[in-house]
Amino acid sequence: MSIDFMPAAEPIARLIEEFNKLPGIGPKSAQRLAYHLLQAPAEKAEALAEAITAIKEKLSLCSICLNITDSDPCIICRDGERDPSKICVVEEPIDILPLERTRKHAGLYHVLHGVIAPADGIGPEELKIKELLSRLDGGLVTEVILATNPNLEGEATAMYLQRLIAPLDIRVTRLARGLPFGGDLEYADDVTLSRALEGRQEM
Amino acid sequence: MTVPRVYQTEAIIIKRTKLGEADRILTLYTPDLGKLKAVAKGTRRPKSKLGGHVELLTHSLLMLARGRNLDIITQAQTINSFSPLKDDLERISCGLYVSELVDSFTAERIENRRLFNLLLETLHQLSQAKNGELALRYFELHLLDHLGYRPQLQRCASCGSPLQPVTNLFSSGQGGVLCHECGYQEPIARSLSLNALKVLRLWQNCDYATANRVNTNSELSLELEQVMREYIRYLLERQVKSTDWLDKLKKETHQK
Ligand SMILES: [Zn+2]
Ligand SMILES: [Zn+2]
Repeated sequence: MSIDFMPAAEPIARLIEEFNKLPGIGPKSAQRLAYHLLQAPAEKAEALAEAITAIKEKLSLCSICLNITDSDPCIICRDGERDPSKICVVEEPIDILPLERTRKHAGLYHVLHGVIAPADGIGPEELKIKELLSRLDGGLVTEVILATNPNLEGEATAMYLQRLIAPLDIRVTRLARGLPFGGDLEYADDVTLSRALEGRQEM
Repeated sequence: MTVPRVYQTEAIIIKRTKLGEADRILTLYTPDLGKLKAVAKGTRRPKSKLGGHVELLTHSLLMLARGRNLDIITQAQTINSFSPLKDDLERISCGLYVSELVDSFTAERIENRRLFNLLLETLHQLSQAKNGELALRYFELHLLDHLGYRPQLQRCASCGSPLQPVTNLFSSGQGGVLCHECGYQEPIARSLSLNALKVLRLWQNCDYATANRVNTNSELSLELEQVMREYIRYLLERQVKSTDWLDKLKKETHQK
């Protein structure tokens, strides 16, 4: 994409272009951010650069739950106070945040990194389902709470997981239908989500 | 037809993609405007007024405002949510396959009311279907018909001579059944059993109620699936993505 309303020196043009690639940032905002940094003290710019490199260099996926983490296992999987017999399955790492805010789930998590979306070519192999099943192997887990989003793909993914887990003699529950159909977990408020967790139902 | 600044339409939601923070781009299939893309703002937020009214595989009445690029959905009211379809994984999967086919075969804003009606009727069928596969085959045959790719099943698609009541050949390239003479010259034609030909002929010319009375054993079902799949693949010049998932589900169900 070309930015054509102000000629700029090559390094600043490059920065504008990079900002412009970010979600929600148009060419004008990109330009404003770039010139702001140009005038900011060097430490400020370095701190930003460092923070950006850190998320790439220091963050990886937890080898147990596949959440994004800076240490492996992640802070939740490492926490001895949590109940390892309950695993709450979510679509994306960001879905853990609203569930944690409710303080109603004392167990662990598992991040699928997506949902089944056949028309986009995303099937079970593209998700972290094998990893979930191998966690269920040990006999330690007694309940799996399916917290995929309350929309068609989320429901389909939950139904599919229920089928896979059913023969393992593990209780499979689904967040209660207090969550309005069509919305994303990421945006659910604490009260609704708490109720949905408390009222979870057998699948 | 010229579209006013604000307009109302029935629509079936056939695809949804995330857009920015909390919005979605919906692909709609409508009776008067054919396929249409529109923005549904805030629908990923649980308190959105649009919410479930713009869920995939839902038949809704929508109010839209003309936008600079894409039109924007301002109001939505469900006409039929097809909830029996959405409570069953096989039915959902069939519904998603049907949606993908419509999306793959159509361009935006070309009216095709017969196709809209077929899609709507198929979602109704899938909501009650014991045999989703039958509905899929019926849908494929009639979809192709409404798009001008009606397979020639009555006589040889190449020389026009009557077909013998034997195993014939089906050629995707010729768009129909070939007699033995012509079939020899067509290297990629596949065989088509007499039973399969009879079923396809019947389905091509009957309604869903009549089609549902046909009993197909698993061998015949598989043959019909393969013939249609090859023909569709030939027309689209690619595989329909959802077929992988349909195959996987079927395989895992049979393993039990
Ligand atoms: Zn972890
Ligand atoms: Zn011929």
